[in-house]
Amino acid sequence: MLKVSNLQARVDGKMILNGLDLEVKAGEVHAIMGPNGSGKSTFANVLAGHEAFEVTGGTVEFEGKNLLEMEPEERAWAGIFLAFQYPVEIPGVGNTYFLRMALNAIRKARGQEELDSVAFMKVLREKVKLLKLRDDLLKRPLNEGFSGGEKKRNEILQMALLEPKLAILDETDSGLDIDALKIVADGVNALRDGTRSVIVVTHYQRLLDYIVPDHTHVLYKGKIVKSGGKELALELEEKGYGWIQESHAA
Amino acid sequence: MTSSTETIHELANQKYKYGFVTDIETDSVPAGLSEDIIRLISAKKQEPEWLLEWRLKAYRHWRTMAEPRWPKVDYPTIDFDRIVYYSAPKQRPKLDSLDEVDPELLKTFEKLGIPLEEQKRLTGVAVDVVFDSVSVATSFKDKLGELGVIFCSMSEAVREHPDLVRKYLGTVVPYTDNFYAALNSAVFSDGSFCYIPKGVRCPMELSTYFRINAAGTGQFERTLLVAEDSSYVSYLEGCTAPQRDENQLHAAVVELIALDNAQIKYSTVQNWYPGDEQGKGGIYNFVTKRGICAGVNSKISWTQVETGSAITWKYPSCILKGDGSVGEFYSVALTNHFQQADTGTKMIHLGKNTSSTIVSKGISAGKGQNTYRGLVRIAKSATHARNYTQCDSMLIGDRCGAHTFPYIEVNNNSSQVEHEATTSKIGEEQLFYCRQRGLSEEDAVSLIVNGFCKEVFRELPMEFAVEAQKLLGISLEGTVG
Repeated sequence: MLKVSNLQARVDGKMILNGLDLEVKAGEVHAIMGPNGSGKSTFANVLAGHEAFEVTGGTVEFEGKNLLEMEPEERAWAGIFLAFQYPVEIPGVGNTYFLRMALNAIRKARGQEELDSVAFMKVLREKVKLLKLRDDLLKRPLNEGFSGGEKKRNEILQMALLEPKLAILDETDSGLDIDALKIVADGVNALRDGTRSVIVVTHYQRLLDYIVPDHTHVLYKGKIVKSGGKELALELEEKGYGWIQESHAA
Repeated sequence: MTSSTETIHELANQKYKYGFVTDIETDSVPAGLSEDIIRLISAKKQEPEWLLEWRLKAYRHWRTMAEPRWPKVDYPTIDFDRIVYYSAPKQRPKLDSLDEVDPELLKTFEKLGIPLEEQKRLTGVAVDVVFDSVSVATSFKDKLGELGVIFCSMSEAVREHPDLVRKYLGTVVPYTDNFYAALNSAVFSDGSFCYIPKGVRCPMELSTYFRINAAGTGQFERTLLVAEDSSYVSYLEGCTAPQRDENQLHAAVVELIALDNAQIKYSTVQNWYPGDEQGKGGIYNFVTKRGICAGVNSKISWTQVETGSAITWKYPSCILKGDGSVGEFYSVALTNHFQQADTGTKMIHLGKNTSSTIVSKGISAGKGQNTYRGLVRIAKSATHARNYTQCDSMLIGDRCGAHTFPYIEVNNNSSQVEHEATTSKIGEEQLFYCRQRGLSEEDAVSLIVNGFCKEVFRELPMEFAVEAQKLLGISLEGTVG
């Protein structure tokens, strides 16, 4: 599904990704871990097409297409979803209105019929119920005045609604209490149907207790320096990142 | 790229293809202004002596005045001797079908969601009998007539209701008020007159669209609206469809009078030709709009959406004379390319327990300059008066400007005045967030800006609000990326 080869990217003239390789097959969940500043968020944003990050080398293929040539909205239409680390507030724009616009934009791009408000509300209510969210999130302006946890839950609601082929979670677990963490995990697990893939970018192992990855990778200085199964995450939790840094200091 | 500006520009050029010049010559006066010209205008309109005298007084006063230079707008000096001050409303060439209309314009109409018949009317296509706007307007007028509501052109009002016009004309905006109001008083060509009798709640929104002979926007329009005791009216002015005009200078005057317990809601959507992307051409819109809440517990509410004109200079204001009266001003002003706007309001509190609310949203894009200028004056007599002002500016790109000049004068110690102001920039992060969810860049800008303007749009009548939102989106096309 996703094939990243020798990806290099910089921001403000500083190289952040230095030849990253990764292959994600349909239905797989990959965890990307690493110390602060290793390039995890940069990688997530580059996949989604953020213009502040300049790709200087390498290739990214998504379902056989050159992802790097696509605009951010084209990537969304193709099925890439990024759950933001810091979701932005958009004052005056109703959350429900935004969700419907987003879903219809994607449906339209995929040649599906757009949903009217009645049909949309039905779909939305199901998702809200599935994720055990409170209705009042829907009535408020998009992310405006939301607590950190509410913002993250709203990201997961959007993900559930848009049903992406590849969901990228950028430190969605940071700052969440255990209940919110379970909601996030439930949302992701509900998406797992053997064809959809997930990249979980995280600093800590605890989210991976709930979202069990097929593969775990350690990102360090803009490269994947170690890959393994779910047990690698536990090993990192136990030993910290120090031993990886030491083995690459040489 | 298809931008509305191009569309309008093409249209502006296109208009000359049909050669209006001969039409103009048949019924217009020579350029320049003198007492003789004013007599000629008054004679052509068969006006009573008192109105001619009033025009002449205004003209003599105007000659003593200087063009205001305090607004934060920049334009070359206007040569008032080169302006033609009177020409009868012109007929646009009749087309046989919409196929003959510039497809770019039709595209804009489609984006605005303007119904087909309305498109025909706007482009001058002959309308079939069923949809004839004159017949619609006639039945509309009959209905209003039953209630005693008068809604007609100013010329007709001068003929048919001279006492009412004489009683109220110039009472809110005297001809001595300012340079452009004096000029308008001397030479106004036509406009609207509206009178709501005591206790009548006008059952429909009055729109100039339904006024017979509304064709052709006057260069110097005069509007007078009187709401008697305990009456209510909602008045719509303007149009979201792009409007072009060969007259560069527009100086209208609008006067509103609300008597005891009366309510006037006045909504404007202004989308005149703003000039091209290099800042050439475009209309100068120098307008004086003022209402007086003359009676107790009366209310005047101004809502405006300003997206057009090269230069906008207007301050729809309220004089809160009646005790307990309420003034409101809700405004969205957008400047793109080289547009300049210096707009705001004046709330003059005279009566006790008067209150006013000001919500202003300024959006600047391209090299647009947007200024909010507002006065809140609370007289000594206005005990326990209250004002709330919220003034927000949004910048798109880094070549535009937003400026705020609030003037607050409070002359007693029982009143409360609040002022809040913010300036924000459409962030790259907001845009990226929306695009990551599948919205195109233009839809994202439009969404963010419309969210910003929500408090104003909800004051507009429903259909007008929907059109205004679309208009904002179109006016912002090409501002990012």
